[in-house]
Amino acid sequence: MLLFQIQPIPRDIPLPLPLPEWILISLLIISFLAHILFINLMLGGSVLTVIFQIMGLKKEKYDKLAYEIANTITVNKSLAVVLGVAPLLVINALYTIYFYSANALTANLWISIIPLLIIAFLVTYYHKYNWEKYKGNKRTHIAIGLVATLIFLFIPLIFLTNINLMIFPERWAEVRGAFSAMIFWNVIPRYLHFLAGTTAITGLFIVGYFGRKSFPFEERLSDFSREEIKRLGYKLTFYVTISQIVFGPFVLFTLPWGSVSWHLIGVVTTAALIASAAVYFLWKEIRPANISPGKYFITIVLLLSLTVLLMGWGRHVYRSDTLAPHQELMKVKTEAYYNLND
Amino acid sequence: MDFPLFHLDLFGDRLLMAVIAVIHVIINHALAVGFIPLVVLFEYRGYRESKTNLAEGKKWDDLAYKLMFFAFIVTTSVGAITGVGIWFTAALISPASIGSLIRVFFGAWFTEWIIFVLEVVFIMYYFLTWKKTKDDPVQKWKHIKTGGALGIFSWLTMAIIVGILGFMMDTGAWAESKSFLDGFTNPFYIPQLFFRTPMAFIMAASIILFLTISYTKDDIKFRGKALKNIALWMFLWTPHVLAAGLYYYYKIPRLMEGNVPVAIGTQRFQNWYETILYFLIATIIVSMLTAVWAAFKPKRISKTAAFITIIITFLTLGTFERVREFIRKPYVISEYMYSNQLRVEDYDKYKFDGILKHAIYTSTPQITDANKLEAGENIFGLACSRCHTVSGVNSIVTKFENLLTPNGGDLPKDKIIEYIPVMNAGRYYMPPFPGNNDEIDVLADYIIEMQSNPIKHLGVQNKGVTISPGHAQ
Repeated sequence: MLLFQIQPIPRDIPLPLPLPEWILISLLIISFLAHILFINLMLGGSVLTVIFQIMGLKKEKYDKLAYEIANTITVNKSLAVVLGVAPLLVINALYTIYFYSANALTANLWISIIPLLIIAFLVTYYHKYNWEKYKGNKRTHIAIGLVATLIFLFIPLIFLTNINLMIFPERWAEVRGAFSAMIFWNVIPRYLHFLAGTTAITGLFIVGYFGRKSFPFEERLSDFSREEIKRLGYKLTFYVTISQIVFGPFVLFTLPWGSVSWHLIGVVTTAALIASAAVYFLWKEIRPANISPGKYFITIVLLLSLTVLLMGWGRHVYRSDTLAPHQELMKVKTEAYYNLND
Repeated sequence: MDFPLFHLDLFGDRLLMAVIAVIHVIINHALAVGFIPLVVLFEYRGYRESKTNLAEGKKWDDLAYKLMFFAFIVTTSVGAITGVGIWFTAALISPASIGSLIRVFFGAWFTEWIIFVLEVVFIMYYFLTWKKTKDDPVQKWKHIKTGGALGIFSWLTMAIIVGILGFMMDTGAWAESKSFLDGFTNPFYIPQLFFRTPMAFIMAASIILFLTISYTKDDIKFRGKALKNIALWMFLWTPHVLAAGLYYYYKIPRLMEGNVPVAIGTQRFQNWYETILYFLIATIIVSMLTAVWAAFKPKRISKTAAFITIIITFLTLGTFERVREFIRKPYVISEYMYSNQLRVEDYDKYKFDGILKHAIYTSTPQITDANKLEAGENIFGLACSRCHTVSGVNSIVTKFENLLTPNGGDLPKDKIIEYIPVMNAGRYYMPPFPGNNDEIDVLADYIIEMQSNPIKHLGVQNKGVTISPGHAQ
């Protein structure tokens, strides 16, 4: 690794940013989190559909639950995609050199996102709209669903490889093909942290979506009770959020330590404490003594939203701190080269 | 120069964009912008018919729903993702240009995005609430209005993006003001928009014709009515396609005046330019004939006729897109940046120092006796690879062979060296060479070597980057 600590100093695009930097940064963080929310729901929905379909082989009521969850993927996936445009636009504008350089270096995998997603979406539609048709052949149906799910699970790894590589210009010369960037040792920890987060959010979604009064429970999921489903969702969120006590620090400790600042540690620790408060309320919801879970739903959603907002901010702090020295070098070079100060 | 360069040496970088963009454009014209209005009209017809004849109204509604189902599946999967694909591809094949455009046109793209979000919300609502709102007239009317809104927002997304496309071709606009508004006041804007709109309607009508023939095979009487409506729609819009197409065709050379020395119109461009006229006329004839057949002989019309109409309309739009891409060359941003991603303003530096000295990523910052071939390849990568390959599509070897040795034989070095400095004069779509004489020399050697011993030029996605010591820290 020592051999490749040389970093390139390119020239930046010699045109002003379209908006003040702080506005672009705020836009980036918020729009990214909105995108990730629906990605979580799409991915979580896809994974749970497969799991419940498998459970449904033994108990049919789970197959019905799987169908209801599969139905949510249609809207969530389209919102996830369209909400991805804003952070893509902003990151293109704010971090042009970094983002595009990482894209080029991992291009084979990066561009494969396009055909992979198209296939995943079409397979998901096929899976959903042919549910009845495969009634007598559940295993094949599940296998079809699994194809889409595996693609959905793989794509975040491609994104993570990219946005991780972009903040380490001193490692660009080391990369030979996308896979060599994927095995940077902090990519997998980030991925696991993301998967855990996905599960937690999806659990809450189940509580909110199926627990709401307007959902025709008796008509569509008559073999369950509302309480049972809410408890299921809450348990998912509860256990996975607790597991973040492992996954969260794992990410922090695998980050190249040089740019870890007290600011970052402060932000993510605060977020973790707020998440702990959410865990407390989740525990109160899932206790057997609580016969009607749902009282703390808004509280939990607010606490975890705050957690996510702070984590999103922390993510930016690390990126910003890591890139600051390089950005300064690039700025000086750009100004000199293009005589921008003349 | 400042970006590691992605490169596909078999298909060429342009083809990646062409495939993704053309798929996206066909879908957004034929299955969104053009499609929705006709579906909504059918739904509305069903709504009206239901007031006096419930069964008849249901037929129109069912047909509209089935058509919408097809459009929904394709637009929300292939349509949406190829849109993202255009962004990904532009950043890979031409990062400096898209990186520059986004600084100036951020507002336009951001506005476009807001409208996309609304379009997605509307299409989700429109399609997913169809079944549950169809039996209540009040809800049904609200549903139809949603469809109308969807159609409008769909069109708006096209209206915005055409502004950006036009700007890239507009000579002088960048130098003058670099403004968001110039996207909509440039002389390409109205001709393009007024052509694309009816073209989208015709493309969609031909697909709807094809699908309707399929969906109504058990009810020829109803098919007759539906096909008459589609035919009417085609009759309505075909004259607009002709008028707007001819206007665009007429305008193109005049719009290009800043770009092309008036005395020189190269044969290649002339060929492409005339092709659009032939395709335009073919579209008009084919779509009119199909419409007449559909209106008067609904029982006998074959899906093949509809299919041919679909293909011809797609090819016509494709030809216009090809010509639009042509018009822009040698620039990627008119008069600011050439297709090789190098700014016009920086050329003096390249011609004096050579391009290798300024490249961030190169294994040969200086030409030596030992590294000539490698330097030649690196120059090819920096100056030529955005559009050319070594031995694949648009091969640089083939180009020189066609030019200098059409009857075969080895490429003559002296002629290559003579040609490169003046290629922009002979072929207006070629950017001037961005390097000095030493670099022309080694590039010529490289091209000759590639003629006898072709080796793919690899992009950074395969071979990684070498940082030039002068640009490292």
